[in-house]
Amino acid sequence: MSGANASPTGRSDKEMTAVTFQVWRGARGEGQFVKYTTEISEGMVVLDAIHKIQAEQANDLAVRWNCKAGKCGSCSAEINGMPRLMCMTRMNELPTDKPVLVEPMKSFPHIRDLVTDVSWNFEVKKKIKKFKPRPPDNPDGSWRIFQEDVDRVQEFRKCIECFLCQDVCHVLRDHRLQKQFIGPRFFVYVAALEMHPLDVENRVEDLKKSEGIGYCNITKCCTAVCPESIKITDNAIIPLKERVVDEFYDPIRRLFRRFKTKTKGG
Amino acid sequence: MAEYPTFDYDVLVIGAGGAGLRAAIEASAAGVKTGLVCKSLLGKAHTVMAEGGIAAALSTTDSRDNWKVHFADTMRGGQYINNWRMAELHAKEAPTCVRELEAWGAVFDRTKDGKILQRNFGGHKYPRLAHVGDRTGLEMIRTLQDHGVHQGIGVHMECTLISMLKDGDRVVGAFGYERERGRFVLFKAKAVVLATGGAGRAYKITSNSWEYTGDGHALAYNAGADLMDMEFVQFHPTGMIWPPSVAGILVTEGVRGEGGVLRNSLGKRFMFDDIPEAYKSQTADNELEGWEYCQGNKTARRPPELLTRDHVARCIMREVKAGRGSPHGGVYLDISWIKEKLPNASEHIKRKLPSMYHQFKQLADIDITTTPMEVGPTTHYIMGGVRVHPETQMSTVAGLFAAGECGAGLHGANRLGGNSLSDLLVFGKRAGQFAAEFAKQHGQGQINQDQVESLARWALRPFEPAASRSSTGENPYRVQHDLQETMQDLVGIVRTEAEMVRALGEIESLRKRASQVAVDGNREYNTGWHTALDLPNLLIVSEAITRTGIERKESRGGHFREDYPEKVKSFGEVNIIVRRGRNGEMQVVREKIPDMPAELKQVIEEQR
Repeated sequence: MSGANASPTGRSDKEMTAVTFQVWRGARGEGQFVKYTTEISEGMVVLDAIHKIQAEQANDLAVRWNCKAGKCGSCSAEINGMPRLMCMTRMNELPTDKPVLVEPMKSFPHIRDLVTDVSWNFEVKKKIKKFKPRPPDNPDGSWRIFQEDVDRVQEFRKCIECFLCQDVCHVLRDHRLQKQFIGPRFFVYVAALEMHPLDVENRVEDLKKSEGIGYCNITKCCTAVCPESIKITDNAIIPLKERVVDEFYDPIRRLFRRFKTKTKGG
Repeated sequence: MAEYPTFDYDVLVIGAGGAGLRAAIEASAAGVKTGLVCKSLLGKAHTVMAEGGIAAALSTTDSRDNWKVHFADTMRGGQYINNWRMAELHAKEAPTCVRELEAWGAVFDRTKDGKILQRNFGGHKYPRLAHVGDRTGLEMIRTLQDHGVHQGIGVHMECTLISMLKDGDRVVGAFGYERERGRFVLFKAKAVVLATGGAGRAYKITSNSWEYTGDGHALAYNAGADLMDMEFVQFHPTGMIWPPSVAGILVTEGVRGEGGVLRNSLGKRFMFDDIPEAYKSQTADNELEGWEYCQGNKTARRPPELLTRDHVARCIMREVKAGRGSPHGGVYLDISWIKEKLPNASEHIKRKLPSMYHQFKQLADIDITTTPMEVGPTTHYIMGGVRVHPETQMSTVAGLFAAGECGAGLHGANRLGGNSLSDLLVFGKRAGQFAAEFAKQHGQGQINQDQVESLARWALRPFEPAASRSSTGENPYRVQHDLQETMQDLVGIVRTEAEMVRALGEIESLRKRASQVAVDGNREYNTGWHTALDLPNLLIVSEAITRTGIERKESRGGHFREDYPEKVKSFGEVNIIVRRGRNGEMQVVREKIPDMPAELKQVIEEQR
């Protein structure tokens, strides 16, 4: 019974190694890396190390976190340059012979230390047309939906809104097109609504016009950093792009639409 | 006099987990101007961590289920000191609340015939938990959040309130600070709903995040409201215990609902050894029957792993104390064994428990489809909280309402898994509805500027230069850590009079240290400062847990006394109330539970 877990008894639980961190400190974009050295024990994640530094050496070190189990998406940061959740990055997977770099996300305005202003994301969501279900199938207000119909949507609804995909997306990070482009997180959100078996709203025109899906050139960086392993590009963005193409660039539909507009206008 | 940014609402909701969001949705739907304040970002509250599901007698998976069975299960689990009216309303209204979530876009797992699938859970007679894999809380909070943002609710993220403001006997607002800049903010409100969640941070091993410092409990207590049942803290039997940095993180009861079993180091399923009398008739007495129950055999009784959380946690402690624990001081929770029964077990586990698979793989290097997990009890939930009217959720202070974990009554001495998410929906909705009604009937109150000024001065004290303090200044994290050790060691799962009396002394000296905390830096997003301001709340809650724990000289539900290991009939007839005395001292009084109406008594009898 204890076979698989027998080894821990043999090893020393208290083994500590000193690891050096370079943590970005400062406010409103101004700042520098500050060096801290702290003891790391088995199983620790980067967030544990940051908490240890905060409790022992830098009481006012600003860091956002909640669940510490990869479920709330609060502790997003860039660790050795990679956008990741600090709570799910184990120390033993990082090289510790050189300092571990911990920086705030770059796509969002900086507040302090490791904390950024992600409020733009909440504003974007408000503008996306809300869920609109078809009338209930049953008198008690319920619907009949099958598991096969919801599997696809359930993948998108795993999103924990850590905004790492927004952080890594070059349209937001480098080109700063926050006004024209809603970013991978919200394509996943729109996909969840559009593919919801009960939803009857149409968001395809918004995708093209105000949400800027055309700016995405499918580099799949968002998929690479998603801690929930959502296939953002393949399962959400590409199908949405196809819907936009069908709706706006299909030559027959185009003709049909022109005809419809004319008769309406005339 | 300083001018603070001021917001005016009819209803102010404090806390944006399930209860707060549901309350805010209901209040704004009632046509009143509603504000929602949350300590973190929207959608990050602890509801997101709830895994197993929402308990509601939808009877989609087992047609024998109905509100009466759910009511009786809840009362039995709470050892009959629950507020029976709340338990009745909860059982009757939960199904509608779940269907409402579906109408707002929630996507639950489905039965073969296209209905909401329900899963087995501890203490529930029939499969009753509507769920989405093991991330039901995320589904719920996201659905409420996405629905709520289209209702014009004024959301104030990363904002912490440090005191209620009163006009005479009535609550008329609240005062606090926003994290980003550290600026003070003033809220005027005709009614306030507290939905701040729990106080798990009073303990060292907990599934709760930094936010859960008993803020709502303390805000209400300081405003003169009664707290009730504070001695009842739920230690969830299965938290992670290894590696140390993840100790306390929750392992859902859903693992056991899907057929997971508990074993000691000898490989024995020890839960069969001690089945309480009240559950004997509905618990399996052999392994095969337990498995068949998990597979949906309606004639089988549920396995003993699905007994109530208080009992399972104590059985685990017993095994560990007897030297039959796992290497890191817990026991084994094994779901991988189902491969003996199911051909595609590995895929099945990953589909039903994806985040557990993920969590163990990433944090502990363990593949739960092949290897047992090491688990042990973790502080999870407080049954006690603000004493409320069972129908309106108003506290004993006019205009102040409470819902969810920071309220009290529904769960009695022990909460059943799954009853929390339904609690949030049913009573969040009610709190929102009645707070809106109250706001419509009352005008804006008068804010006492002197009180506001003295609160502001108090809150800034940790920044004062060392010279103005009598000592060199305490590290807030250190004080919090020492309090957590005290509560863990002296007021934990197994309690004694002597230890709790010692804890009271410790709490007193920690209170002195808390008044001496000093912080570095400035007011912008200063987590040290925030920790310092949370300390008084944690101390109030810790004192309340300890004092009521001393008062209840018996063992019941989450409260286990080694010096009084049995249930005592006279204590089964009272709730223990805590309130602030005239001189600021904490008063503890017993209050008789109102008589249960005959028809509810009959329901309980029928379900024995």
